[in-house]
Amino acid sequence: MLKLDGVTKVYRIGAFGGQTMTAVDEAGFEIKPGEVVSLIGESGSGKSTIGKMVLRLLPPTSGTISIDGRDVRQMGKRDYYRKVQGVFQDPFSSYNPVFKADRVFAMIREVYFKGVPDKEWTAKIEAALDAVRLSPGAVLNKFPHQLSGGQLQRLLIARALLLDIEYLVADEIISMLDASTRIDVLNLLADLKQRGLGVLFITHDLALGNYISERTVVLHKGRIVEYGPTDAVFEQPEHAYTRKLLASVPQLHTKWEDAS
Amino acid sequence: MTLEVDDLRVYYRTLKGDVQALDGVSFGLRDGEILGLAGESGCGKTTLGKALIRLDGRMKHVGGSVTLDGQVLPIGDDVKMNPYRFKQVSLIPQYSMSAMNPTRKIGRMVRELLESRREKLDLDELHARLDLVELPKDVLGKYPIELSGGMKQRMVMVISTLLNPSLLIADEITSALDVSTQKAVVTTLKGFRDRGFVKSMIFITHDISLTNQLADTIMVMYAGKLAEKAPASTVVNAPKHPYTQLLISSLPEVGVRYADKRLTGIPGNPPSLLDPVPGCRFRDRCPLAFEKCAEDPPPVEVEKDHVVACWKAA
Ligand SMILES: Nc1ncnc2c1ncn2[C@@H]1O[C@H](COP(=O)(O)OP(=O)(O)OP(=O)(O)O)[C@@H](O)[C@H]1O
Ligand SMILES: Nc1ncnc2c1ncn2[C@@H]1O[C@H](COP(=O)(O)OP(=O)(O)OP(=O)(O)O)[C@@H](O)[C@H]1O
Ligand code: SF4
Ligand SMILES: [Mg+2]
Ligand SMILES: [Mg+2]
Repeated sequence: MLKLDGVTKVYRIGAFGGQTMTAVDEAGFEIKPGEVVSLIGESGSGKSTIGKMVLRLLPPTSGTISIDGRDVRQMGKRDYYRKVQGVFQDPFSSYNPVFKADRVFAMIREVYFKGVPDKEWTAKIEAALDAVRLSPGAVLNKFPHQLSGGQLQRLLIARALLLDIEYLVADEIISMLDASTRIDVLNLLADLKQRGLGVLFITHDLALGNYISERTVVLHKGRIVEYGPTDAVFEQPEHAYTRKLLASVPQLHTKWEDAS
Repeated sequence: MTLEVDDLRVYYRTLKGDVQALDGVSFGLRDGEILGLAGESGCGKTTLGKALIRLDGRMKHVGGSVTLDGQVLPIGDDVKMNPYRFKQVSLIPQYSMSAMNPTRKIGRMVRELLESRREKLDLDELHARLDLVELPKDVLGKYPIELSGGMKQRMVMVISTLLNPSLLIADEITSALDVSTQKAVVTTLKGFRDRGFVKSMIFITHDISLTNQLADTIMVMYAGKLAEKAPASTVVNAPKHPYTQLLISSLPEVGVRYADKRLTGIPGNPPSLLDPVPGCRFRDRCPLAFEKCAEDPPPVEVEKDHVVACWKAA
């Protein structure tokens, strides 16, 4: 179980770090193996900051993040990333532009799969690409700027999947995909969850968050304002903020003007 | 007509040959019109947006023309295009949030940009526009890293429309935003149009429900070609192209749970754009495909303002 306990992040801002900004305030929730937890909240509410702390890209100012009772700071990074991987909101910034796709995969092989024979490795990559509906011919041997936004996003998901991880931090990973590809990627997550993967699913697509997740966390200005089983959060939101979010979801056949 | 795009072809040069990412697309935009552009990931939406403002080094203008406010845009010529950028055509790129220079404070970035266009900064106007998108004035003293995704996105919107371009192309600008910010952004874009900051707009997105809130017309592309274009309500309620129909029916309504009902996408993959075989590019996945589909279906106006490229729809 991946657990956050009183996790707080205070950023120093301004020219000399003179001011501070509390981006995440005492957040606590858990993700069990085989469970998808949606993290929703408005822009700037601290979702990505939580994701980055779980991925140890940022240290929490206070509080602890643990896996099965063990503080993650006690784990070596190499072992940690074998268990936990992330895919980020903005693929172009998280992907080194001078590496071709093949090189990205090769780096994983060097670190984690040294002994695996070529044939097996190729099959593994093909399976991972297939799972995100990319054909190897369309992406391998290409630089990131030669791919469309959605192709790159899926390539990064495939990379994360190569590692047979236990937890995945998915920060807005489907937002750059069309409706049909989104469903494919979600169904893939659902299959992986049935095989025991725990997912922190950061999203603004409430319909899809509802579709896939067991539990939902609603974040507002760095604080958790609602946390519970997804159907309860969606059917009987307790917090005014959650109700406002639900009311903003664009519905295909209703115009905002008509609804209000 | 603000914009007329005629049989535009733009390919990417690669070692293996040309990627035919935009292969004969024609459409027009009236004054004040907002066009929503949708289609499968990789179908050429970003390529179309870039083609109207800046071809990157690997892009090749193979054929067709673009006319804006009666002038033919020299899209194949990077230098000749320069006077048009920001003033006549402006683009908010996909992932524009990471495109902001991280080492510059935002205010300085705005000033430098205007200087490069030989324009003066009208600070009152800038403040008024920040106000309109609900950003505090002090963002100008911040570095991009200090803003959340949504704040950066709104900042980029203000910057790219500061010189009141005739055409604004917004590429997936709401995709990373939460629903209430999306709503605010879409409302702001409409406001930009209504106030005349921009004359017409191409709004690229995967979110058809959102496009329908904003766009007058929706154009759906498939594998580098136009599949369907019609008034937004027609695309949503009575689409005629089989791809559009499947795309619309893939949209989940709030309330569907995986545990109860497994949604399904459109089976299969789009064809490779390197040397695609002639004929309808959707035919491997199309439930209605028949012999005739081995020939390219031309776009046909099946009723007023409703264009479909499909042998079954014509
Ligand atoms: N490196 C940083 N330095 C200073 N402030 C930061 C930094 N990163 C984020 N912030 C601030 O922390 C807050 C939370 O940002 P975060 O990126 O976590 O939001 P988010 O919920 O992911 O938003 P979005 O939906 O827009 O991606 C924002 O107000 C942002 O301005
Ligand atoms: N520099 C390049 N070199 C070669 N092929 C490219 C290059 N850039 C894009 N492509 C290819 O051109 C096609 C169209 O890409 P484009 O970025 O226009 O798609 P898109 O419709 O914007 O997709 P998305 O919705 O995923 O952003 C894709 O198949 C992509 O792989
Ligand atoms: S032209 Fe044929 S294959 Fe193409 S969409 Fe129409 S029916 Fe399907
Ligand atoms: Mg974020
Ligand atoms: Mg794109």
